[in-house]
Amino acid sequence: MESHDVIIKDAVKAYGDFKAVAGISLDIRKGEFFTLLGPSGCGKTTLLRMIAGFNTIDEGTISFGGRVINGVPAHKRGIGMVFQNYAIFPHLTVAENVAYGLKARKVPARDIAPRVRTALEMVQIDPLAGRRPNELSGGQQQRVALARAFVIEPSVLLMDEPLSNLDAKLRVQMRTTIKKLQRKLGITTVYVTHDQEEALSISDRIAVMKDGRIMQVGEPTQIYKKPENAFVAGFIGVSNFLDCQVDGQDPGNATLLIGDFRLQGVRLNRPYAGPGKIAARPEHLSMGAEGIPGRIELSTFLGDFIEYEILLENGQTLQLNEYTKDALTVKKDGTPVKVLPDADAVIVYGEGGEALT
Amino acid sequence: MMKFPALKKPKLDFWFFVKVAVILAMLFFLVYPFSTLITRSFFSKKADGATLENYATFFSKKYYLDALKNTLYITFASSITCLLVGAPMAYLMTRYNVFGKRVIYVCIILALMSPPFIGAYSWILLFGRAGFVTRLFAGMGITTPTIYGPGGIILVFTLHLFPYVYLYVSGALTSIDSSLEEAGENLGSSKLRRLFTVTLPVVMPSVLAGAVMVFMTSLADFGTPMLLGEGKTRVLPVLVYDAYMSEIGGNANMASTLSVIVVACSLSVLLLQKFYVARRNYAMTSLRPPKVVELHGWKRFLVTLPVALVAFLGLLPQLTVVVSSFIRTDFTGFIGGFTLENYEKILSRLATNITNTYYFSAIAIIFIVIFGMLISYILVRRRGKVASAMDLLVMFPYVIPGSVLGVCLIVAFNRQPVILTGTAAIMIISYVVRKLPYTVRSGSAFLYQMDASVEEASISLGVSPMKTFFTVVARLMLPGILSGAILSWITCINELSSSIMLYSGKTSTISVAIYQEVMRMSDGTAAALAAILTLTTVVSLMIFLRFSKGRVSVI
Repeated sequence: MESHDVIIKDAVKAYGDFKAVAGISLDIRKGEFFTLLGPSGCGKTTLLRMIAGFNTIDEGTISFGGRVINGVPAHKRGIGMVFQNYAIFPHLTVAENVAYGLKARKVPARDIAPRVRTALEMVQIDPLAGRRPNELSGGQQQRVALARAFVIEPSVLLMDEPLSNLDAKLRVQMRTTIKKLQRKLGITTVYVTHDQEEALSISDRIAVMKDGRIMQVGEPTQIYKKPENAFVAGFIGVSNFLDCQVDGQDPGNATLLIGDFRLQGVRLNRPYAGPGKIAARPEHLSMGAEGIPGRIELSTFLGDFIEYEILLENGQTLQLNEYTKDALTVKKDGTPVKVLPDADAVIVYGEGGEALT
Repeated sequence: MMKFPALKKPKLDFWFFVKVAVILAMLFFLVYPFSTLITRSFFSKKADGATLENYATFFSKKYYLDALKNTLYITFASSITCLLVGAPMAYLMTRYNVFGKRVIYVCIILALMSPPFIGAYSWILLFGRAGFVTRLFAGMGITTPTIYGPGGIILVFTLHLFPYVYLYVSGALTSIDSSLEEAGENLGSSKLRRLFTVTLPVVMPSVLAGAVMVFMTSLADFGTPMLLGEGKTRVLPVLVYDAYMSEIGGNANMASTLSVIVVACSLSVLLLQKFYVARRNYAMTSLRPPKVVELHGWKRFLVTLPVALVAFLGLLPQLTVVVSSFIRTDFTGFIGGFTLENYEKILSRLATNITNTYYFSAIAIIFIVIFGMLISYILVRRRGKVASAMDLLVMFPYVIPGSVLGVCLIVAFNRQPVILTGTAAIMIISYVVRKLPYTVRSGSAFLYQMDASVEEASISLGVSPMKTFFTVVARLMLPGILSGAILSWITCINELSSSIMLYSGKTSTISVAIYQEVMRMSDGTAAALAAILTLTTVVSLMIFLRFSKGRVSVI
């Protein structure tokens, strides 16, 4: 089956007064690896299950390749789905599991065996074809689930936290397998995870979700470098938030007053004056002759970088990372320091949480 | 095409039709009979229209009130004796290295699974007026205490039903996290104090659940009080039977009234227990099950002795009937000497009863398995208003004793539009209705553990929900359901209390025949029939234990 784009328009899923999905619109492009990322309870799995057909769509529409699928039952949507807990049929062998969807599609018997073999080869478990699921490890089971989902050449491939039950090392390994496979097959893929590192590493584009709404859609680098609001900045990676007064009559050269310290040369996207908030990544803070005064609470040497926990005079704690190659020594705990944010890299938010940079 | 006003349109899928079919079947075979029973209880031959006369009679005549008193006395006393026997046994078996634990366990299960009235019958064979033991002691000039009357009934119930308490309590004891008791120890309680202040309160809901099972089962039992009561110690199920028999050709009004009262008794006890458990739910997932204490030498022997003794007494009835079935008899009773003539007699005279028993039970089991799977699926996976209603309905037969269900089906189906009395169908219906809750319960328990995404995986691969149910869900449920079905099979072949109400000449079963043979003082044939039932029970149970590997609970 040809791969489709997935257009979601104003989709709503309500449980009584609670809206698990509160009017979401997304254009997922054909062949794209698209991730729904968010904390638990943000509605990402609910939305995925609406696409799959396991949850009804209360309002709005979802269409595959221009065809609205609201009324199409799950088994006729032509999707492939990979579940968090593998959901391998325990009474069938590995090969039978993979052949299951092909049989349901009435693929001629002589074509089934070669297709199953190819699929198993692609996920590198072809020697296990005759095994029973209870003889497989978690990682192997997830490979079976993957092969079973894409062997039917679905128009859309859906994955619901497929790696969350695997140990850390295996997770990274499977991540690469999934990414390569998706590139090769070019199947439109919607992937759900709460793990931001996983989302950043695997996706073409990411939708960050909170409380049933989309907070930001964009490529991983965009999401990381230019979070559109404080939630995304806090959720993706580590961000230090500092209150400030923004003086930005001239958006090309604004001044931020953080405590008694003036940070100059910040570029805003529009004129703004008033209270605001800056978000700075640990690697966008440095220690020098001037800056916000504080004291090192705890320094942790982590190999390629040093992580400092700094207590500011106003009682707030910051996290600051210094690359080992740039540092002469590891500073002792208790050392008084001045913290300087990188004026080009920090994100400034206005009073309502909207991004000004 | 006709257009109907758009209410919220139900999806006309496979499960919609299953729901409709199941609800209709329940309305027809459960709600309709039971509401007919209630209606009947308000009618009397002596009065026109609805009347409270039957109830007035019940609460004013000593005959009925005595039966109510006897019933409550016997059932409460049996619940307490079962507690006193079952709970300590469970403690010893789970906490100490008792000799031959496995064998003792199987004996306990066998005691529970044996037909109830065979217990009564065997105790009569041993301690009755012409019993083996009675005559033995009489020969030595010693008078043995009588087995007839309330004391004997309580004894038989205790030895038959203590396994309920045992099974519930040992289940709870093995799922207590040992850290809980250790915490009690750290806080400085002594061992005995800990047992009463920590262990016992935590297992209390299970203790009560076991006791309530004893209460319900002994309340529902007809055979034991009938045989041991000898018409003097009357209990309600016996009265239901008597009232119905004396009203034959009449309209079973008093039998209906008595039935409603019996159901009210068991319902209120069940609700009391639910109320208590709802407030004290110590759900526990055992991380570290308690350690088994390794005793040695005479201490180990001392712990084993009481447990083995009770298990042996529980099994004694089965041994007695098997042995006595090979003893020569005449009209005075057993006269000694080995013989097979008891078996020859039943094969020539009562062969239909034997085939009926297996035939009816087998058909009932097929229905139980199919309905059990469909209903438990709806209860677990298609939750909603319909499912909740279904849940209530399907569990209702729990509180309906067999003889009451018998009366229900008779009053509902002995007249137009549907006449079923005297047919095999009505026997099978009564078995299905009574045993279905057990299968539904074990099926639901299984489905709760089964990950729903396995089904969704199948659907996402293009297999319709209906086909998914049959090829994946049903396939995966089958081992659990079949183990449950073996247990239902055992209770069906041993069923007496509803069969005795519903049988006709052509549809009589082994248990009915045993009852009749005992009443005719034909002990040899009764023993042979009982031996056949016992043997089938033992074999079925062995298959169950092999098959279920401990994954399916017997209760």
